[in-house]
Amino acid sequence: MAVSQIGIGGLEYDPRKRSLPPELGVLAALIIIIVVFEVLNRLNGGSFLFNMRESVPALFNQQRLDIMLLQVAITGIIALGVTQVIILGGIDLSSGSVVGATAMITMSFAQTGLVNGNPNPSAILGPWAMDLPVIVPILVGLACGVFAGLINGFFIAYTKIPPFIATLGMMVSARGVARWWSNGQPVSFPTETYASLANGDLLGTITFGLFRWPGQNPAVIFLLLAVLMFLVMRYTLYGKRSYAIGSNEAAARMSGINVARHKLLVYAMAGLFTAIAAILLTSKNLTAQAGMGVMYELDAIAMAVIGGVSLAGGRGSVVGTVLGAMIFSVILSGFTSIRLDAYYQDMVKGAIIVGAVVFDQWRQRRRAMGA
Amino acid sequence: MSDHAMGHDVVLETRGLTKRYGGVHALENANFVIRKGEHVAIMGDNGAGKSTFVRQITGVEQPTSGEIAFDGSVVNFDGPLDARRRGIEAVFQNLALADDLDVPSNLFLGREKIKFNLGPFSILDGKGMREATLQALKKTAVKIPNLSSTIRHMSGGQRQCVAIARTATFASKLIIMDEPTAALGVQETAQVENIVRTLKNNGEALILISHNMRQVFDLVDRIVVFRRGRIVANLNKSETDGQDVVAYITGAKTGAEFAEGAL
Ligand SMILES: Nc1ncnc2c1ncn2[C@@H]1O[C@H](COP(=O)(O)OP(=O)(O)OP(=O)(O)O)[C@@H](O)[C@H]1O
Ligand SMILES: [Mg+2]
Repeated sequence: MAVSQIGIGGLEYDPRKRSLPPELGVLAALIIIIVVFEVLNRLNGGSFLFNMRESVPALFNQQRLDIMLLQVAITGIIALGVTQVIILGGIDLSSGSVVGATAMITMSFAQTGLVNGNPNPSAILGPWAMDLPVIVPILVGLACGVFAGLINGFFIAYTKIPPFIATLGMMVSARGVARWWSNGQPVSFPTETYASLANGDLLGTITFGLFRWPGQNPAVIFLLLAVLMFLVMRYTLYGKRSYAIGSNEAAARMSGINVARHKLLVYAMAGLFTAIAAILLTSKNLTAQAGMGVMYELDAIAMAVIGGVSLAGGRGSVVGTVLGAMIFSVILSGFTSIRLDAYYQDMVKGAIIVGAVVFDQWRQRRRAMGA
Repeated sequence: MSDHAMGHDVVLETRGLTKRYGGVHALENANFVIRKGEHVAIMGDNGAGKSTFVRQITGVEQPTSGEIAFDGSVVNFDGPLDARRRGIEAVFQNLALADDLDVPSNLFLGREKIKFNLGPFSILDGKGMREATLQALKKTAVKIPNLSSTIRHMSGGQRQCVAIARTATFASKLIIMDEPTAALGVQETAQVENIVRTLKNNGEALILISHNMRQVFDLVDRIVVFRRGRIVANLNKSETDGQDVVAYITGAKTGAEFAEGAL
């Protein structure tokens, strides 16, 4: 017996048959992939997820979980920014290069004057820029990212250049800035406080029973930003406008939304997230190099698309992107766990990206045909 | 335009309103008046410039030349929101709805209810918008099974009704509907016509663009005919009939005051 309810105007509908959120499909995919790797590991007498050593009193393979979360956290933060841009109906190909440029510039303001009693061998700026309070490099970094985002946004919103082209230009230019900044030399030896940004654990180790999470800062920051952006995209004007523009830009404009200004804001936000990633990356690695962040834009876009964020705009969610990021890192760790060569990993990664986009196209076509 | 030329009861008046798209003269020298509580139909063949006219007076586009006076003063809308703030509500021919948003979000698109003001990051009043939407839909008797599903899966008529409910929800001085019943079934058309009659009883001024002669004669006081971007007739309903209007639409006839050189 159907529990039907009378909707507005007298049409019957069954509230239990509400269409499921598409994120559930992504979650299912994540679980299936984990199971596959678990099975593959078991065939070799190991385990993907679980602790197999009698001597350690833990349920899960802690080391692997920690690495999985950590390796995805930094690109995941970029993916959170890119998700907003894709929902808006745009794309950002510049994030990887902006990470590079931001890393170089930020690190130059984060250096310590003395390394083992000798002057810092890779000092870029003069002595005035040594041992600055940690807030200085953080603000410089965030400003770099926002600046790059504003330039992207300006060209896209006000000169109507397609986002693909505008951000491709930024991709090339920002990499140029990264190389030019110190003539290709790495910038190293940050102050202790700067180094602790990504290497510390602000929240300390978090334990629930047999599950223990060391709470490394990049992972904590990724999760906090994810929750924040989930709320922002769902419950604020910013989110509503982003979805509206991505869904039907002309309608948004006719409804009086200032589309250009909103686009500028969204690209600036994406730049901000990219900058946060760059700061964490340099802090974690204790150095900045001109080649940092190469291809991060593709990883970030892939995480969003795998998570169901449609390249056509207007559809997808932060939850999807977080799940997409987890799928991404499970696959990378999974390959390592079955000792697949790094070359194969890249090939498979490429295939996953293309596969996710093909799937997205197929979904759109199906929708266009009214299925 | 000097303000003394306008009567107190004039809601909107255009003088010499002209719009060119490159070489296309989509709208030429349109002089149009609508008074308080008046319902005026705009008729004309496809491409006659009706929608173009609507886009100029709703701030969607900037006219090439000419003046618009609204509510007693000359205006220069710098966008549709500006026009809407001053009290012009419009249902556009290509529905201004976002497919991926639900009904309340579409109804309040561009003027969302805010619970807590944080500039662009303001927190939305989701509950308030849902409740107001229910009220608006009840008023229009629109059939929509589930408020929180996206517009994408709705029938053309349901979508149209959402757009019309939007105009009828917000207080306004002038309502414009560009072919509101073009995609609707018999019942839905009757519903929309009922909404229009309600607006008439409430004394709201309305511009209705329609190709449906019966509907026009049922609903409005006056008929303005467009042909090739020009206004060619301004007819009181009581002094004209269907054949007469068709003659103006097709160009068999042109109003004396609109003939070449009369202006
Ligand atoms: N953005 C534009 N660029 C160029 N030409 C345009 C543009 N918009 C409209 N036109 C042209 O202006 C003319 C008037 O178009 P309009 O849409 O106003 O017609 P209409 O009277 O609303 O017709 P219909 O009854 O088919 O809706 C048409 O010839 C159209 O091709
Ligand atoms: Mg039209």
